[in-house]
Amino acid sequence: MREPTPLSDNRGDASKAPQLAADGDGASQGNIPRRNRLGKIWRSVFLASTVIGIIALTLLMFNITNGSLGYMAVEYEIEPESLVVDGVPVENLPSEALVKILEDNLTRNRFRTLDRQTPMQERTQAELVSLVYDNVIEPKVLMTWPLIDSLLREDEIRQEVSREYPKAELFFKVWFTQDLWTSPQSSNPLLAGVRTAILGSLWIIFITILFALPVGTGAAIYLEEYAHDTWINRTIQTNINNLAGVPSIIYGMLGLAVFVRAMSVITSGALFNIPDATPDNGRTILSAGLTLALLILPVVIINAQEALRAVPNSLREASYGLGATKWQTIWAHVLPNSLAGIMTGAILSISRAFGETAPLVVIGASTYITFDPQNIFSKFTALPIQIYQWTARPQAEFHNLAAAAILVLLILQLSINAIAIILRNRYSRRLV
Amino acid sequence: MTTEAEAAAYQARATRQANRDKYALTKKTHLGEAIIRGFLFACAALTILTTIGIVIILLEEAVRFFLTPEVSMREFFTDTVWQPKISRFGILPLLNATIMTTAFAMLVAIPFGMSIAIYLSEYASSRARNIIKPTLEVLAGIPTVVYGYFALTFMTPVLRLIFGSNTVGVYNTASAGIVMGILILPLVATMSEDALSAVPRSLREGAYGLGATKLEVALKIVVPAAISGIAAAVILGISRGIGETMIVALAAGAGPNLTLNPFKGAETITGHIVRITGGDVSYESIDYKSLFALALVLFLFTLGLNVISRRIVRKFREVYE
Repeated sequence: MREPTPLSDNRGDASKAPQLAADGDGASQGNIPRRNRLGKIWRSVFLASTVIGIIALTLLMFNITNGSLGYMAVEYEIEPESLVVDGVPVENLPSEALVKILEDNLTRNRFRTLDRQTPMQERTQAELVSLVYDNVIEPKVLMTWPLIDSLLREDEIRQEVSREYPKAELFFKVWFTQDLWTSPQSSNPLLAGVRTAILGSLWIIFITILFALPVGTGAAIYLEEYAHDTWINRTIQTNINNLAGVPSIIYGMLGLAVFVRAMSVITSGALFNIPDATPDNGRTILSAGLTLALLILPVVIINAQEALRAVPNSLREASYGLGATKWQTIWAHVLPNSLAGIMTGAILSISRAFGETAPLVVIGASTYITFDPQNIFSKFTALPIQIYQWTARPQAEFHNLAAAAILVLLILQLSINAIAIILRNRYSRRLV
Repeated sequence: MTTEAEAAAYQARATRQANRDKYALTKKTHLGEAIIRGFLFACAALTILTTIGIVIILLEEAVRFFLTPEVSMREFFTDTVWQPKISRFGILPLLNATIMTTAFAMLVAIPFGMSIAIYLSEYASSRARNIIKPTLEVLAGIPTVVYGYFALTFMTPVLRLIFGSNTVGVYNTASAGIVMGILILPLVATMSEDALSAVPRSLREGAYGLGATKLEVALKIVVPAAISGIAAAVILGISRGIGETMIVALAAGAGPNLTLNPFKGAETITGHIVRITGGDVSYESIDYKSLFALALVLFLFTLGLNVISRRIVRKFREVYE
């Protein structure tokens, strides 16, 4: 809760101040109306800029929502309705029924080839559904329309579809669904989901927090509370400020060379006898998490330093006066009073790391992974990478999918930010 | 049985207490405190290691790149074509695109960001500020890949609508630059606002007392007093623009192109690095090494900017206490 400061009480009186002052100053009296007018004009300019900033945010949100649902024209090789058994849709059929569908609809050779790749009995129900979709139903997304078009030009869209694609069906497709959250990745846009990507991102962020938060806060405490003005401390400070301006992609190069290549024995998990570890390939969650930790470390440090600096010196002096040691003073007075600031800064950096794409692409996050990451030595894909891949594809349906995945990403990030705001409001103490 | 031990412990404690009283005013080194201090120093020193790591790695591969017979340093900085397939490695087209997108971004971010900062710190009621500032922070927290999507699916179509789809390409630097400006805007705004808010109230009161209007207080007292923070914000913004990757990778085009036309596609340094590393590139290939040379240029560029920025900050810094 922010208390109104005495300053805000004075704000309304600001325009009166010049008149008071002008009493004894005839020369400046004439330009007071002009000065006030100028003040008003600029005030509206400042306000307009702020409104434009908010509009930009609104447009961004609108654009994403606009892409994540709308009409879609699809053509099937075989209608999914014709495959319904006893009223159960294809997605929910048991494995045996799905195998039977495959046997009935595929040529014997094709079925045998698939069976030889992985025997049908060993495939999960979800894999079988995706097989049925890819090989039997073969849905082809012909065209998609964004939400606004779908609402405003519904009739035109219907006519266009019946004219150009007589065999196609028109759906109102919601791309942002529960299935999106729970399905693994797929090359078929109608089945693809982001579960593997979400899990990958969460694992990475876990490593990042574990590393960056304690190290960042520690470094900030050293620099603010302990460091004397020696050349080494000055170098460290300058260096941190420089690192904060280093582009994230450079950290990707660092991660690629150090964590992925040089330290691959550790980061691939081969040293720890992790099964399936390939000693020369460190493209794992651990590498990604450490890379992102190094990336946000300078920002975490700078934010924490700001927060520490905001603690008034009188507090420290009082603590020393009572006989506390340096660390006691820091632990019992400086840290509690700056914790809200430190946490806010750290969580915002972590939220930034959550959406960081470039370094992950550079260190070689695999983009086509359909299995969940098992531990920190797993190969992974991350949510922002998934979005990048889908956006970069030319087909419109993947853009819709990207929009829906962006919604997922933003919801997760908002949750992280909400934690920061709650923390700040709860623990912030006003000292001045 | 334990009484002896207890007695000894008591004795030791008493001695310690006596010593403490005796030397109460002299400086003592506590082991625990020293260990904590050492750990904290190690945390801070890790950042130095990071920098050393970056420099060594970039230099090592870049040197290997320049030592390959197909490449010469002169050609790297003067050739106007970047085509690894035919062994033409001229950085100019990539650099040109980087500068163009960043310039567009700053054209958007500086005026709007500054205006928002001044409005929030000097004009807005605390209630309005409590709503607007978190909203802007939300904008700042949105991942760049989302802005990339926005540039490609919103800004580019809008530009094509305004200027005609014959003039504006599907991929173009203007769209990427403008959206990058929106990305940098909250960074500039919130950092500047922080700097403005940190200016002591007494300075404002003093100016009001001398008869200044609100605008004059804002522009002539508060902004100059906070100029170091504002400069830091702007430079950080530029630096962010140069290193920004996902927006340009998605919206600016995938192919080096030396052009001054903002409506044509052109690949930036970062865009090129991310496109090549995103594919499967062998660690021994010249393509791979060339990326480190590019990254080195990028690194030196941003480093230079930061050094300049801190010079400015130091020169104009006002200290209040």
